Amino acid sequence: MAGIIGYGAYIPRYRIKVEEIAKIWGADAPNYKRGLGLEEKSVPGPDQDTITMSVEAAKKALRRAGIDPREIGAVYVGSESHPYAVKPSGTVLAEAIGATPDVHSASFEFACKAGTEAMFVCLCQVESGRIKYGLAVGADTSQGAPGDALEYSTAAGAAAFIFGRDHVVAQVDETYSFMTDTPDFWRREYQHYPRHAGRFTGEPAYFKHIRGAAQGIMKKAGLQPKDFHYVVFHQPNGKFPLNVGRQLGFTREQIETGRLVPKLGNTYSGSSPMGLTAVLDVARPGDRILLVSYGSGAGSDAFIFTVTGRIDEVRDKAEHTRALLDGHKVYIDYGTYAKYRGKILKAE
Amino acid sequence: MANPARYWREIPQRYRLEAGKCRTCGTVFFPPRLVCAQCRSRSFETVRLSDEGTLVTYTVIRVGPSQFADQTPYAVGIVELDGGVRITAQIVDCDFEKLAVGLRLRVEFRRIQKQGEAGILCYGYKCVPA
Amino acid sequence: MRDVAVLGVGLNSKWGELWEMSLRDIFVEAALNALDDAGVDRVDSIVVGCMTSGLFVGQEHLGSLMSDYLGMNPVAATRVESACASGGAAFRQGFLEVASGAADIVLVGGVEKMTDVGGDEATYALSAASDMEYEAYHGITFPGLYALVARAHMHRFGTTREQLAHVAVKNHRHGARNPVAQYPYEITVEDVLASVMVADPLRVLDCSPITDGAAAAVLCPVETARKLSKKPVVKVLASAQASSTIALHSRKDLTWFESTAEAAQKAYRMAGKRPEDIDVAEVHDCFTIAEIVVLEALGLVERGKGGQAAASGMTALGGKIPVNTSGGLKSKGHPVGATGVAQVVEITRQLRGESGPRQVEGARVGLTQNMGGTGGSSVVHIFETV
Repeated sequence: MAGIIGYGAYIPRYRIKVEEIAKIWGADAPNYKRGLGLEEKSVPGPDQDTITMSVEAAKKALRRAGIDPREIGAVYVGSESHPYAVKPSGTVLAEAIGATPDVHSASFEFACKAGTEAMFVCLCQVESGRIKYGLAVGADTSQGAPGDALEYSTAAGAAAFIFGRDHVVAQVDETYSFMTDTPDFWRREYQHYPRHAGRFTGEPAYFKHIRGAAQGIMKKAGLQPKDFHYVVFHQPNGKFPLNVGRQLGFTREQIETGRLVPKLGNTYSGSSPMGLTAVLDVARPGDRILLVSYGSGAGSDAFIFTVTGRIDEVRDKAEHTRALLDGHKVYIDYGTYAKYRGKILKAE
Repeated sequence: MANPARYWREIPQRYRLEAGKCRTCGTVFFPPRLVCAQCRSRSFETVRLSDEGTLVTYTVIRVGPSQFADQTPYAVGIVELDGGVRITAQIVDCDFEKLAVGLRLRVEFRRIQKQGEAGILCYGYKCVPA
Repeated sequence: MRDVAVLGVGLNSKWGELWEMSLRDIFVEAALNALDDAGVDRVDSIVVGCMTSGLFVGQEHLGSLMSDYLGMNPVAATRVESACASGGAAFRQGFLEVASGAADIVLVGGVEKMTDVGGDEATYALSAASDMEYEAYHGITFPGLYALVARAHMHRFGTTREQLAHVAVKNHRHGARNPVAQYPYEITVEDVLASVMVADPLRVLDCSPITDGAAAAVLCPVETARKLSKKPVVKVLASAQASSTIALHSRKDLTWFESTAEAAQKAYRMAGKRPEDIDVAEVHDCFTIAEIVVLEALGLVERGKGGQAAASGMTALGGKIPVNTSGGLKSKGHPVGATGVAQVVEITRQLRGESGPRQVEGARVGLTQNMGGTGGSSVVHIFETV
């Protein structure tokens, strides 16, 4: 059976606290923190982008997979902040890890579920036998408009997964996708910041699709929430994954390991994939994991994984995601943040 | 500063630290060369440099060239990668006060330059504290 | 090889931001001054030293341009380039033409017009002396490269920030007596230490400026000089050049300039002189640290002790071995391609006894050292009155 044979994550070192952003806009920081279930978020340095983070996450995945990168048949990066509008992030990534030239690539886009789309397609290619190994990355350096609610949560990070049939670390038991046309959050071409429809982004968007995908996959697999050791949901803020988990019948313990958002922020296409890496860092052989992403527009991809005995051999071959999150942090102020994120620009 | 062809030509070096090792005397050159400066041999094999090293000397650039004007101040140093080859690279994710001769470093993939708002993006190696 | 003499020398009346003067105007003015000083109006060959007129003003083919504007056509004229050592390298080529018998009277001129571009473009043009793909690509600047050398020298030998400042202070004290100098005024150690940081630990006042200027010299066989000139004859005792790696990171020793040491050794041998015999020297102080390391590489001070030389007064006028009596690159200015030839102008005048308030009493043997990039090339000449 096919599945994940190597995984890795990357988080930039910089952080900004909710208080620091709230101070600038005259917002009530304690209320925001409570309402969003969020304390701080990661900020990419001025020399970092979706491509650079993908490369570092992919290198860790390669260390854990222990394969020759030349045997990778497809490299897909899912993001809503690809550095180029035309020229796939995967070309640079594939070149950097030495997977070229016998390799497929394309950029994936579906708001925050571009990463899990890339994972699904790699899985299918491996299962079909067309490729031996496939590398899928979910990465973003998401942007929120100054003063908008999203500014508190939009963060940066990457998670990379190598799929294959041999040396599997987490086999894929089932997949399912639930998608409708729902205009909750979007960005038109040439616009710098996305727009959203306020409270409409909740129940008719996030909650409906996550529930649809979770219930759909559990029905397909004949499983119930109690059959899972871990569940990882897309994490736009600290509250939504807890609420949808409660609605579906999952416990807080099942959700907590993969819920990175309170200290990380929403890494968009990296969100649920990074949560998955944090779970793999501590999961035991035999543990069953449910992963449900969400991308505005809208849809959710669901995967059911079963961890194999090989996890114990590979998990320590690269830094654990929680260690990346909690270690080496550098806090910056709003001015530095605005400069790094290009919100203030010098005159030409 | 970097037109696409000039940038692309150095990709194996910039992305993968590919160097040339003289088949006759074993000296490693980065970037690779056509003739060995030690023994004049013209036969080389491709090797990859280590991605770990030590800081040999450093400075903090406060007045930078136009390509890098928005990044100042930034640290640059000469790093001796394990195995002996030295490279010039920016040192990032490091407080300036922590810069010191002998600091252990790791190579990370970063964006080095942007050719304005419409030109190509140029990637390559920088170093972070190990 | 024939013995070669410097028959005449000349500079512009002033170096600095010469807004009214174009590249060709600047060169011609200095060249005419040298030709007048030599008492000749015809030459057999012209050698032009210039680092990068292409990047600064978009003009190449300087040999043809200068020969034309000097009214010297159809004489052979060539441009020589070796980054900041272009002037010295041009002088060496001129010397070889006369020494070999290929030409009897040669005009050598060095020039750079740096102010027709903005600061950013000037920085970029200068960075072309480094490894563009493996040094400049990463954002290192020239002050940055020399800062790397400074940090290494301070780490190994305990050279201090104050010692670096003393080099600038000394050179300004000399330059204050030089009417051509771009910055003919004194500065203090405090001024240096308070100036804006450019690349840690080097500050603005550790760095030579952006300058427009030219310098020229006329060379001929010693016998011809004796016939033509009433002035003391200054013979070129030695002319030597050496190369080192283009990138600083490829050097074996970051606290040393191998090309300078190599060229110096060849020069001393050719001249039959030792460092102790030098009465006055003009060296390449593009940055304060450069003068310190160069003095060690020239054997004028003991290894590691370069920092003390300026601070102790050893290299000041009146000291044991006066260095950069012209004010050096720091105070006189550094129109890149002109510097190497301007050093020859200063030494020639010193050896002739024409240096007025900057005169080193009884100077008979002088040395010039001109360097490209971070020491990728060095040119050393030794002169003596005969």
